[in-house]
Amino acid sequence: MSTREAAGVVAAPATDPPAPPRPVTRRRRRLRTRLARDWPLLAMTAPAAALLLVFHYLPTLGNVIAFQDYNPFLGDGPLDAFLGSEWIGFGNFEALFTDPLFWDAVRNTLTITAFQLVFFFPLPILLAILLNSVVSGRVRAFVQSVVYLPHFFSWVLVVTFFVQMLGGAGLLAQELRDAGMQPWNIMTNPDTFIVLVTGEAVWKDLGWGAIVFLAALAAIDPNLYEAAAADGAGRWRRLWHITLPGLRPVIVLLLIMRLGDALSVGFEQFILQRDAVGRDAAEVLDTFVYYQAIVTQQWGLGAAAGLFKAMVGLALILTANHVAHRLGEQGVYSRS
Amino acid sequence: MTVTTEPAARRRPRSGRAPWEEPPSPLGAATKAVLLTLLVAAVLLPLWVVLVTSLASRETIDAAGGMVLVPREVDPSAYLTIFNGGQISRAVWISTLVTVVGTALSLTLTVLAAYGLSRPGSVGHRGLLFFFLLTFLIFPGLVPSYLVVAGLGLKDSIWSLILPSAISVFNLVVIRAFFLNIPGELLDSARVDGAGELRILWRIALPLSRAVVAVVGLFYAVGYWNAYFNSVLYIDDNDMFPIQRVLQSYILAGQSPSVSGAAVSLPGITAYPPTLAVKMAVVVVTVIPAVIVFPFVQRHFTKGVITGAVKG
Repeated sequence: MSTREAAGVVAAPATDPPAPPRPVTRRRRRLRTRLARDWPLLAMTAPAAALLLVFHYLPTLGNVIAFQDYNPFLGDGPLDAFLGSEWIGFGNFEALFTDPLFWDAVRNTLTITAFQLVFFFPLPILLAILLNSVVSGRVRAFVQSVVYLPHFFSWVLVVTFFVQMLGGAGLLAQELRDAGMQPWNIMTNPDTFIVLVTGEAVWKDLGWGAIVFLAALAAIDPNLYEAAAADGAGRWRRLWHITLPGLRPVIVLLLIMRLGDALSVGFEQFILQRDAVGRDAAEVLDTFVYYQAIVTQQWGLGAAAGLFKAMVGLALILTANHVAHRLGEQGVYSRS
Repeated sequence: MTVTTEPAARRRPRSGRAPWEEPPSPLGAATKAVLLTLLVAAVLLPLWVVLVTSLASRETIDAAGGMVLVPREVDPSAYLTIFNGGQISRAVWISTLVTVVGTALSLTLTVLAAYGLSRPGSVGHRGLLFFFLLTFLIFPGLVPSYLVVAGLGLKDSIWSLILPSAISVFNLVVIRAFFLNIPGELLDSARVDGAGELRILWRIALPLSRAVVAVVGLFYAVGYWNAYFNSVLYIDDNDMFPIQRVLQSYILAGQSPSVSGAAVSLPGITAYPPTLAVKMAVVVVTVIPAVIVFPFVQRHFTKGVITGAVKG
């Protein structure tokens, strides 16, 4: 889970109280006086807005090359190439949807998402509950600071650590060889790749993912526990009837975000290991886009795959949010 | 590490359990202890082994048959080798430059925009806010982004590693939430006294939000330092490689026999035989900034980001 997901949950778009309605007749003059008052605010917002315009919204529009037979060598520069390239309608999408490699990538992506939903998603919740039950404040703080640390490592570092510890020339293989056993190399085995990437993700982000649950646990009213204990509820009953319901909104929120993001399983992690285990196991949608477009220069096809992913992702997050509203949860955002 | 600013730790009594709480069973307590020890070891052991190996002599490494678990001496020659002005020194310099320049730019623009968006009812406020928040739902995709950066002629310049990721709207929203919480009377009184918006931001809003701005700055810095893939896309020139890229080509690509488009051979490095210690020294150099930054983030994090976010 990324920083954005871990903490973004609680920070999702705040809605502001609407500005009071203004009389329409005097609007123009009001606008001028308001501009005279507010122009510094606009000027302060402008540079960041300009960067987003150029590096976020302009490429978003640039997705139209998915409908072109885009050739970057036409004219001198992407704009010339864009204007000169031939429009081919849904040709790229037809090629994409009949490409078995594309469906392999989709299948790998969804398999890994499902696997991590089962074997990664619950772990931070369990860790938070475990940490919360530690009586000594000092032990708790120490363990927390240690398990948060790997979140600040790059993927290159995480994979490097795994190679050096569990790889063919790593510490584990060394020890096994010394003990007269046959070492195995999990880093290059396509069959266990899904376990490996999940293990890496857990190592990196288990502690970080627990933060948001710890915050939710701290917000549960201790009187509830005391009252339940007085009524004779044991440790496990309190966990089931107080702790888990207290965590439910956060769990639902994170689950929605994960489902909305089902087509992303982490990019650098897979790019870094794709060559070691081979394409069959490690090609996910993001790496497919990269290799189709930039490595093999099929720009239109790569853009089509990227656009497909973005559209499906948008549909997923909107659907998931809708379902959450139906279930009476707050969801990621709400209509203002 | 002395870190005690986790809210759960502060709100509850430091130690001891509530009078109504039953004492744990011996089995439960033992299980907990084992689990926590394993967790801590899983993080610290790799760090320890890498550090020890980077400081080991050739004989120690040969005797251990590779990675070294128990230190026998401190041999800094690996570090001397990588800092004598080859590819790695240059990569450290590039990464430092990108991190410092990028963080300064990102933080400045993010704070300015967060302040500019913190006055509901100002001209264009709703529209601009929507413009920023929409980036959470709509993503540009890899191919057009690449074409934009290439089209602007930014390839092989450090700006290609800075500008495309300079604004994190998430960070902006977090800081904005803090600014929104500053009492309006405070800002109004400053305005009555004739202070301009920049002055109000600098003199009132920023000092009140120091913790969250510090955390956001550190997040930006870690992000710039850790970025790897943008250099695969935008940097073809060996001399411009950031440290993550060098680490990848040096250790991971050395590990896999088939070398991808992402991997490269490094002329500066093949000049001397890459011993394991030198490799591990590169790992340590790459880890260090994260480890230095971490306690600061820890201290301010829960105080700053979580509470601010919840209020937002």
